[in-house]
Amino acid sequence: MNLTQERILKVEAVVLEHHEWGEADRLLSLFTREHGRLRAVAKGVRRIRSRKAGHLEPFTRVALVLARGRDLWIVTQAETLEANLALHGDLEGIGYASYVVELLERLTYEEGPNPDLYRLLVETLRHLDENLDPPALILRYFELHLLDLAGFRPELKECVTCRRPIQPEDQYFSSALGGVLCPTCGKLEPSARPVSMNALRYLRHLQRSTYAEARRARPAPTVAGEMERLLQDYLSYILETRLNSPEFLRQVRQPLNPANHLPPTSSSESPL
Amino acid sequence: MAVLPEPVQNLAVAFERLPGIGPKTAARLTFYLLRAPEEVSRQLAEALLALKSQTALCENCFNITRAGQSLCEICSDPERDESLICVVEEPLDALAIERTAAFKGRYHVLHGVLSPIEGIGPEDLKIRPLLDRVRRGGVREIILATNPSLEGDATALYLRQQLLPLGVRVTRLARGLPVGGDLEYADQNTLLRALAGRQEMD
Repeated sequence: MNLTQERILKVEAVVLEHHEWGEADRLLSLFTREHGRLRAVAKGVRRIRSRKAGHLEPFTRVALVLARGRDLWIVTQAETLEANLALHGDLEGIGYASYVVELLERLTYEEGPNPDLYRLLVETLRHLDENLDPPALILRYFELHLLDLAGFRPELKECVTCRRPIQPEDQYFSSALGGVLCPTCGKLEPSARPVSMNALRYLRHLQRSTYAEARRARPAPTVAGEMERLLQDYLSYILETRLNSPEFLRQVRQPLNPANHLPPTSSSESPL
Repeated sequence: MAVLPEPVQNLAVAFERLPGIGPKTAARLTFYLLRAPEEVSRQLAEALLALKSQTALCENCFNITRAGQSLCEICSDPERDESLICVVEEPLDALAIERTAAFKGRYHVLHGVLSPIEGIGPEDLKIRPLLDRVRRGGVREIILATNPSLEGDATALYLRQQLLPLGVRVTRLARGLPVGGDLEYADQNTLLRALAGRQEMD
């Protein structure tokens, strides 16, 4: 459908971010099921009597009617489909969901529909909200599948240099080359770093599985840490900048003033 | 179109930088001042200069105060209850609560809210001075009056986490149905909280 022709759009969307806009409005960054990423203005939602405000908080899945304004879409109706309320009541939950949104925004553009990515986003926020599985698992699954859908799928099955299938042994991984290298090629590649057989096995499992299969994976903490570092490395290589939300999570986990003798939150289990 | 003289253009450009003012409004304001008595312009100019040079932040609560005064009117008022601190995002929020005339405690202005995606963390707000105020003792209750938005929630959750170990009571403004509102338009979020926070009618 040609968006430039439309006057009115009925969409289902996830609210990614909101920013203050004008006197009492907010500019929303949306990921719609029908048209991918869009921006829209929600008029008057900072007024306490606004009927729409409660439906338009970030991480909410919402049914929207948008009308074409002079420059931007304007929200005329909004109805919550999935509020993900528990996320809003938990500081780490807000941090994780923000990471999901930030990563999605950095890896995609306003480039038309991507229904698979929409489904991945909706399910990831739901899993974080339900809080049944470890956040580390939910986030690694999201990262691998987002990379896939955004066109940066890392090669985990065969050596990116000699193209031979990877054997069940410790290997190398290169962010610059976008995948694993066999021990022979890995030793010769300066950008490669070692990756254990276990971490690679879990990564491959998450990459090719549905969430229902992937959620049964329970890597040991050291392996989970290795998976996280490898993916963070690969993501920073692709994005060429640091993300804000991991730093935010780090800051809110530690006491503000070292002099107040609060024990720092354990970071060994932290999925970011 | 003939180019306007520089002084006229300069003012129009300056107006246009203000929030909510586009080129048309900027030109209208400029031409209004051009025609109005000189007194109007002089008063405006003096008020603008004084705005920056004669204001400062209160050393205790970080609300706006007159330059040269270390404490604002509220912090230096002995009638105000210093064991009760209301934490707000911006000075305008303190003003809104003052208009109710129902709050007799003191304020603490954070000058912003936490935002994970924009990278605004605890160090960017006036949170450390708030913790110091509580540590100095004599504070009974902290009322968190951040906005009922994602960022306001994040900020309140963080403050709770930092304040509870200090042994102070932490409360948050109630959320629910606005006065004159219509139930059928309420979102689930607001209704759930209104239900949870229902009160005995006695």
